[in-house]
Amino acid sequence: MSKANLLDRRAVVAQLLKDRNGAIAVGGLGASTYDIAAAGDHDRNLYLWGAMGGAVMIGLGLALAQPSLPVVVITGDGEMLMGMGSLATVGLQRPANLSIVVLDNEAYGETGGQVSHTAASADLVGVAKACGIKDSRAISTMAEVEAFASSLQDVTTGPRFASAKIDGANLERVLSSRDGTYIVNRIRGSFGHTPI
Amino acid sequence: MHARAETAASWPEEIFAILQRFEVRQVPYVPDAGHSELIERVLGSSTMRGVSLTTEEEGVALLAGAWAGGQRGVLLMQSSGVGNCINMLSLTQIFRFPFLTLVTMRGEWGEFNPWQVPMGSSTQAVFELSGIKVLRASHPDEVREVVEAGAAQAYNACTPTAVLLSQRLIGAKVFTK
Repeated sequence: MSKANLLDRRAVVAQLLKDRNGAIAVGGLGASTYDIAAAGDHDRNLYLWGAMGGAVMIGLGLALAQPSLPVVVITGDGEMLMGMGSLATVGLQRPANLSIVVLDNEAYGETGGQVSHTAASADLVGVAKACGIKDSRAISTMAEVEAFASSLQDVTTGPRFASAKIDGANLERVLSSRDGTYIVNRIRGSFGHTPI
Repeated sequence: MHARAETAASWPEEIFAILQRFEVRQVPYVPDAGHSELIERVLGSSTMRGVSLTTEEEGVALLAGAWAGGQRGVLLMQSSGVGNCINMLSLTQIFRFPFLTLVTMRGEWGEFNPWQVPMGSSTQAVFELSGIKVLRASHPDEVREVVEAGAAQAYNACTPTAVLLSQRLIGAKVFTK
């Protein structure tokens, strides 16, 4: 099922990562990880195939460890709902280089399309704002995506949060590596850390 | 008023020194009375970042991200928080990262509150089923060497490790009206 005037998730993610420079991208379990893979494999992509609810916190750990680099967490509404407390933790820590983007299709796409809380009642932008992430916005046009993509390069003005309502159509999966030690050691290697 | 029985030990200070020596940078925690002195030291430190969590599983994910970014960390929690971490503990095996947690025990050794007993009783087994090695310190004079061993195997051998700090060490929480 698809509604009119909703953004295409692959186009959103491609735009977010188009001029990424040194940015680190964390993809939440499910379609967000496929979207990041579809935008092109990169040694600073951290693909999650599990750990549901943990994407924002993994992004926070990275952001605190690498304060001069932009870190962008790209995840879905279901994954974000499971880790909603982490927005309060981000609001408290205020990492200036962390950006969070929720691709909100109002459904659990990986498990049969069951509706999520955002379809009816939960407002994730409101939650993020109320948790102290002042720059929290709803995005509905590609021009707004483009503006957010350039703002995430600024590592002095975050944290920031955006939710984009996207088309709920299930797209062909683009499978990234699912070998965690390879993925994490590749990122570490990009900072010059050698294996133990 | 809730007051702990008095303990004169300086073991939290010894733990802090060990964490400094191992260049620990990120210290996520859910507050616990048994960790209060260590948390204060961390929050006053110029080299460590204390990160207050809403739930313990956030700390496991934070430490995975910290490691990806090149930093070491340690998760401070009490035994009741261990159950909140179970699925997120998968990350320790998937990323094979140097996970270390220091857990103050409840639900044992003179416990007053029965609600602490079920999780306190299963804490060690939960860790072991999750692939985490468990060490325990029950007396002030063994804290230093146990935490040092835990930190060494976690950080040098990427062996995920939990150090349980017994309620016998901390002192059972005293509930007075």
